[in-house]
Amino acid sequence: MNRRVGTVTAVRAETRTARTLVLDVPGWPGHLAGQHVDLRLTAEDGYSATRSYSIASASDGTRVEVTVERVPDGEVSPYLTEQIQIGTPLELRGPLGGWFVWRPEQPEPVQLVGGGSGLVPLMAMLRTRARRGAPAPFRLLCSARDPGSLLYADELRRLTSTVDGAAPRLTVAWTRTAPDGEQRPPGRVDAALVSAATWPADLEPTCYACGPTGFVETVADLLVAAGHDPARIRTERFGPTGGARR
Amino acid sequence: MPVGILTPGFRGRGRSGDGDLPPGQYLTRDFPVLSAGPTPRVDRDEWRFEVETEAGARRAWAWTDLSALPPEEVTVDLHCVTRWSKLGTTWTGVSLDTLLADVESSADFALVRSYGGYTTNLPVADLLDGQAWLAFEYEGDDLDPEHGGPVRLLVPHLYLWKSAKWVSGITLTDQEEPGFWESVGYHNYGDPWREQRYWDE
Repeated sequence: MNRRVGTVTAVRAETRTARTLVLDVPGWPGHLAGQHVDLRLTAEDGYSATRSYSIASASDGTRVEVTVERVPDGEVSPYLTEQIQIGTPLELRGPLGGWFVWRPEQPEPVQLVGGGSGLVPLMAMLRTRARRGAPAPFRLLCSARDPGSLLYADELRRLTSTVDGAAPRLTVAWTRTAPDGEQRPPGRVDAALVSAATWPADLEPTCYACGPTGFVETVADLLVAAGHDPARIRTERFGPTGGARR
Repeated sequence: MPVGILTPGFRGRGRSGDGDLPPGQYLTRDFPVLSAGPTPRVDRDEWRFEVETEAGARRAWAWTDLSALPPEEVTVDLHCVTRWSKLGTTWTGVSLDTLLADVESSADFALVRSYGGYTTNLPVADLLDGQAWLAFEYEGDDLDPEHGGPVRLLVPHLYLWKSAKWVSGITLTDQEEPGFWESVGYHNYGDPWREQRYWDE
C-alpha cells in the first residue's frame, strides 16, 4: 500500500476560491506529471472522507503540491481551502494514475487544453517540461471565467513568454470577462479558437484535455473534428455537466 | 482499512445512510462522466456486438438482433472508482445470460471491447447468473453517447470502469488479459465492497 502521511508546510492562495497546499511527504517516490493523490481526512469520531486531487507540481523530492478549488456545497474542499492549518498531517495515497500522464522523454508535440481547475495536472506537465529542460513543443489552450479566476496566472505568463522561441504558447478563452486589450470577445472554446490556437493535427501531437465534463466533451469533439486521431487525445473529466471537483 | 490519523478541525457530514455505500465512496445524485478519451459516436444502425470464443468461433448481433431479444429492466447501484456512488439507477437491457446461452465456450475470462479501442477484463462468471446486461436505456430514455450509448455493458457489482461504454464485443479466453485501466494501475477484479481500486489492494 502506498499510503503515506504528508504535512502541510505552506498554503498559497491561487484565486479567490483556489488554494495550493504544499505538502512534505517523507518517503515520496516521485511522480509523473498528470498523476493524482487521494487525500483522506478523518474526523474525531472516526468518520473519514477521501477525495482525489491532481498534483500541480513537478516531481521534486518529498515536496508535493495540490491545488484545491472550493466547491460551495462540497464536503472536503471547504475544509482544505479555508480551515486547514500549516502543520496539519494529511493521510494520502499516491502517486496514482498511469494514463493521463506526460513523460519528459516523449518527443512529440503536446497540446494541453484545460478548463477551470482542469489546469492543475496540465500545470504539472508545464512545470516538469521547464524543470527538466525537455524539448517537446507545448501549446496550452485554457478556459477561465475572468482574469481573477485563472490559476497560476503569473507563472503561466513566465513559462510561456520567454525570449526563447521554443517556449510554450498560451491562449486563454475568457468565458465571461476578458482583460483589457484582449481581441477575442468573451466566449467558450470553439472550432475557430481550436484552429487558431492548437497544433495542427498533421503534427500528430498528444492532446491532454482536462476540466468539467461538458468542457472536455466539447473540446475532445472539436479536436476530433479538427482531424486529431482519437487515440492521441487523453481526457480527464470531473463532475457532472458543468460541475466541479469536490 | 486502518483507522486514519486525525485531521484536526475536519468534521465531514456524510454519515447518514453510509450503510448503503461501499467503503470510501460518497453519494452523488448527478451522473458524472469518466472516459479516457473522446466520446465515440456510434449509430444504432452501425452498431454490432461480436463474441469470439477461445476456439475462434464468432457470433455477432446487430441492433435489430439485440432488440428482438427479451429485455430486462433492472434497478441497480453504481460505484465508480473515483469514489462517487449513485443508488437506484434503472436500466433496460438484455442479460448476458441470454446472449451467451448458445455460445460454446469453457473459457474462464472475458476481455470486453468498445468502439474507440477501450478494453476491460473480468471473469466470465461475473457476466452470468443475472449479473450483467447489454444496456441501451437509462431511466426510460435511449442511452446518451456520454454514458455509453447506443449500448454499454452493465456489470454493477464491480467498479463502473468494468461496465464498458460503447461496447462492441467480448473475447473469451483461457488466460486473463488485462484491459485498459487494468494495465495502468487499476485492480484486475475491482470489487467495490472490498475496495479493490488499485493493483496493491
